[in-house]
Amino acid sequence: MTTMVVQGSHLMVRLLRAMLRQPYYLAVSLTQPIIWLLLFGQLFKNVTEIPGFATSSYIDFLTPGVVVMTAMYSNGWSGMNYVVDIERGVLDRFLISPVRRESLIGGQLAYNAVLTLVQSFIIIALGLIAGARFHGGPLVMALFIVAVLLLGMAFSSFSDAMGLLLRQEASVVAVVNFVVLPLSFLSTVFMPAGLLPHWIRVVARFNPVNWAVEVGRQTLTGNVDWTLVGSHLGYLAALALALAWLATRAFRSYQRSV
Amino acid sequence: MTGPGPSNGSPAIDVWDLVKTYRGGVQALRGVSFQVEAGSVFALLGPNGAGKSTTVKILTTLSRPDSGTARVAGIDVLRDPFKVRCVIGCVAQKSTTDLEATGKESLTLQGQLYGFSGPSLRSRVSDLLERFALTEAANRLTRTYSGGMQRKLDVAMGLINRPRVLFLDEPTTGLDPETRAGMWGEIRRLSHEEGLTILLTTHYLEEADRLAGCVAIVDRGRIVVQGPPEELKAELRGDAVHVELAEPTPQERVQNALRSLGDSLRDVAVDGRMLHARADSGAEAVPAVLGALDSEGIVVASVTVARPSLDDVYLRYTGRSFKDADQEESR
Repeated sequence: MTTMVVQGSHLMVRLLRAMLRQPYYLAVSLTQPIIWLLLFGQLFKNVTEIPGFATSSYIDFLTPGVVVMTAMYSNGWSGMNYVVDIERGVLDRFLISPVRRESLIGGQLAYNAVLTLVQSFIIIALGLIAGARFHGGPLVMALFIVAVLLLGMAFSSFSDAMGLLLRQEASVVAVVNFVVLPLSFLSTVFMPAGLLPHWIRVVARFNPVNWAVEVGRQTLTGNVDWTLVGSHLGYLAALALALAWLATRAFRSYQRSV
Repeated sequence: MTGPGPSNGSPAIDVWDLVKTYRGGVQALRGVSFQVEAGSVFALLGPNGAGKSTTVKILTTLSRPDSGTARVAGIDVLRDPFKVRCVIGCVAQKSTTDLEATGKESLTLQGQLYGFSGPSLRSRVSDLLERFALTEAANRLTRTYSGGMQRKLDVAMGLINRPRVLFLDEPTTGLDPETRAGMWGEIRRLSHEEGLTILLTTHYLEEADRLAGCVAIVDRGRIVVQGPPEELKAELRGDAVHVELAEPTPQERVQNALRSLGDSLRDVAVDGRMLHARADSGAEAVPAVLGALDSEGIVVASVTVARPSLDDVYLRYTGRSFKDADQEESR
């Protein structure tokens, strides 16, 4: 366990350093959410007047959803690092060192978690500036961030596994584009459940994106549903661990093909 | 971590009947067996696609064979890959440096993955940077390194854990002659001064000839012949003797002149002014040949003696010249 944490943190530092050398990556990763937040916030301003809309301000409603979507995109690209490392031979060098496979995935997940954390704080701050108000208090906000990190871990693991199995940048791009957007629209990111068509509402119940978004919505109200927060965090943790385990297994498959 | 092998006299690498077929049906190895004596340099020589890299991948625990067994430093690569990883170093065919990190960062991380830390790691890193003349470039991104510098960093990374067995997969492919000569010097030093067992793959005949105590020629997933380069060449029985005559001379006249030398000179052939023959020892044959020709009044312009090359060995065992094989397999 200690070995795993030590090795994982060294590997995380490697990725963080590379990212800090190209800080525009972080800036680029934030342009999309800023556009959603500011543009969609204005565009759909009046949807709150539809009967059945829970909040009185759309920017309030939208901010947690944008935090979740940003985490999905950011973590969805994770597998790209493996594609590059495979092409470069760096991964093979790591695999024949005594490093543990769990550490390799762990380092990648830790790096993505740091990135997600920074992005989430920036978006929440922007939301506040744009007028969003969170009445749920700091605890539920912290739990929302945990939910976002767990969802990010699930996406990152999935993307890593795809990168290892398919070994092509295009495959990772496909993961992001064919998974992130559909899952976002099949959730309450943009619309409250009450206004969704019946079938989407059913799908949304089993959509991990929605689990995180619903925890996020609890940050808006002074009347937090702790049971919902607890159960959704549980689902997300289970999913994240299952996918992380799968990503670790993907190394075997990769090694079988070299 | 340095030290003698598991027990004196047992080979540092022991490979038995490795077979590997890739998905898609490419038969990379069809029963490869060899042994490498501890402290020696062993070369796997063959054209591209002969199965050299596949063998290295299996021995370094990256890949697994379909059947067969292999032990490295006395440890079974299939049963205990983790232990094998701790005692080996490997320099892959293609540079594996991390372009977005500095040389020093890469080397340090490599050490950390082997469990080193603190002052001992720091001094090991600076020693290796010094030794490979990378100290000045240590804090520059590897992206800015020349091909030769990246190769040196690759070797430095392969040595970070003071391995007992070092694998070098085509260590000099693509290097300019000067850098290649430097790499050869380094390989000799590692073998002679540090007693490292080195398995190197190469498709340069000259490289295998110069560096290796033992060469195995690999062709289409099989080892066709192995032994010390001198022995392999000696099996061809003799040196080539080429004599340039002052003027074109009929074959008959030349053969008459050389008849007195008997069996020590074989395969005599005359082509215009050139006389070709083979002799057990070229150096001993030359004075006799010159004397015999002189006594018949045949004037000689020049004489050259060539030792048989590994290329001749390759031709003999695979039935095709090395150059042709390399081009064929690359296609």
